Amino acid sequence: MRIDPNKCVACGNCTYVCPMGAIYIDPVIKRATVDRDECVECYACFNGLSQEHLNPTIVRTMRKIFQTLRLRFDPEPDVCPTAAFTPEDLTWPRIVRRAFSDPRVPHESTGVEGRGTEEVKTNDVSGRVVVGEVGFTIEFGRPGVGVRFRDIEKMTRRLAQGGVAFEKKNPITTLLKDPKTGDMKDDILDEKIMSAIVEIKVPIERTEEIVRMVREVEKQVDTVVVLGVGVRCDENGDDNIVLPILERLGYHPERAKTNTGLGRITNKGADPVRQPEPMGAAR
Amino acid sequence: MTNTLHRFGEAESFRDDFIVFAIASRGKNDEGALEKQRQFLRMAIPFKPVNLGDARKGGSLRPCKAMNPTNHWDRDFTPDLEAVVNGLEHITTVAAVFDSRHNAEEFLKEVKKADLGLSINISTSIDGAEQCCHAAGIPRHSVGYSLGFQGKTEKLPNTQVLTLMTMCGHGMVAQSLAKKMIDWVKEGRRTPEQAATYMQRFCSCGVFNPVRAVRVLEDARHRTK
Repeated sequence: MRIDPNKCVACGNCTYVCPMGAIYIDPVIKRATVDRDECVECYACFNGLSQEHLNPTIVRTMRKIFQTLRLRFDPEPDVCPTAAFTPEDLTWPRIVRRAFSDPRVPHESTGVEGRGTEEVKTNDVSGRVVVGEVGFTIEFGRPGVGVRFRDIEKMTRRLAQGGVAFEKKNPITTLLKDPKTGDMKDDILDEKIMSAIVEIKVPIERTEEIVRMVREVEKQVDTVVVLGVGVRCDENGDDNIVLPILERLGYHPERAKTNTGLGRITNKGADPVRQPEPMGAAR
Repeated sequence: MTNTLHRFGEAESFRDDFIVFAIASRGKNDEGALEKQRQFLRMAIPFKPVNLGDARKGGSLRPCKAMNPTNHWDRDFTPDLEAVVNGLEHITTVAAVFDSRHNAEEFLKEVKKADLGLSINISTSIDGAEQCCHAAGIPRHSVGYSLGFQGKTEKLPNTQVLTLMTMCGHGMVAQSLAKKMIDWVKEGRRTPEQAATYMQRFCSCGVFNPVRAVRVLEDARHRTK
């Protein structure tokens, strides 16, 4: 994202709306400026601000007069008065910033907007997490901190060492150079994004091990981590297995996303919902 | 997309926050899903949602790309629910946000009756969702728990700012904007209702809950924590 210095009037509204705090008024040129290394191309400024199309020269003159008289004009805080934001044509590797930061852009790998994952939200038609399994979503960077792929790689490497398989329908998995080692593509390691989710699933018996693994790695990364744990309920709609494990580990979840099970496969020729493997089958 | 899962707050703080959303899975139930999602949104309106969301285009209050300068004095803060329904053009995630459990439950009953075939989820406190499912006679299929923020939590802002900004799970409500809105309400420069709508416009999938935001802003007016 760029700000056109010929249009910008340095009103400062945009400095507050940038989730990464990457916009500032440059004291030399006296225009709003984007710190390109910190900008994650989320487009919150471009998409979220309302726009006027005022004449920049007139607005600057009026601002100077008000400033001289120590008068404060009280405009709306979510407006760019001169529509000064100019999106760029992004190329690789910078383009991954937008893919992981602008929620309106669907991930090519999954077709899903936002972080590009379905998790247990479609579990009733996908069977992604069946009885006896636990799905983990390990999210980095949210809220409002951001993350570089170099930090995410620390987690993917550790999980790979632990013999964990990454969810195939997940945008992060598609950026792994080698899922067996957890190494990510070299040219994206320094790219900063709003947030991303590493998605895995394991047998229930490994729940505690995975939680401890995540806790170990999160000490080494320079961002916030938030863990989501997805489970399939029993026929009564209860989960009496995983929640007690989480409580034993010191968690007392307050919030959850609950799949009501009203979904069903309606596409002609679609694969049936994945079922648990029969007892005794190799995992 | 876990845009509603990690809202910050204790279970009690979700007493006026119930999000029901419909999503299709590619290759499973996405054929004809667009019209079903439109139907889902339309069905929600009689149950008085406080917001409706289209993950591609936003919610019931959106930024204006050609604003008239006089709008600084007479801005329209009225949410347009019909615009969300009529503007839906792509299969995406659609959501209805309620500030009462009763309304969410009644809506869920209607959705069950309509048998859309889409995956329907509820995002709120664990107990709140369980009660909604129970009222609609639906055993929960799956649950995704949020275990809260870990790692470098010292980078996070205070709890009121965090509560406001996590109402857009995609992170489009900046912490500095949320902080500024709290300050403006404290200074009496804007009402909590107005401050909530500024933030709501940034939420690009329409799951921001303005009623909960007003409550948080009212609380913050008296004490910042």
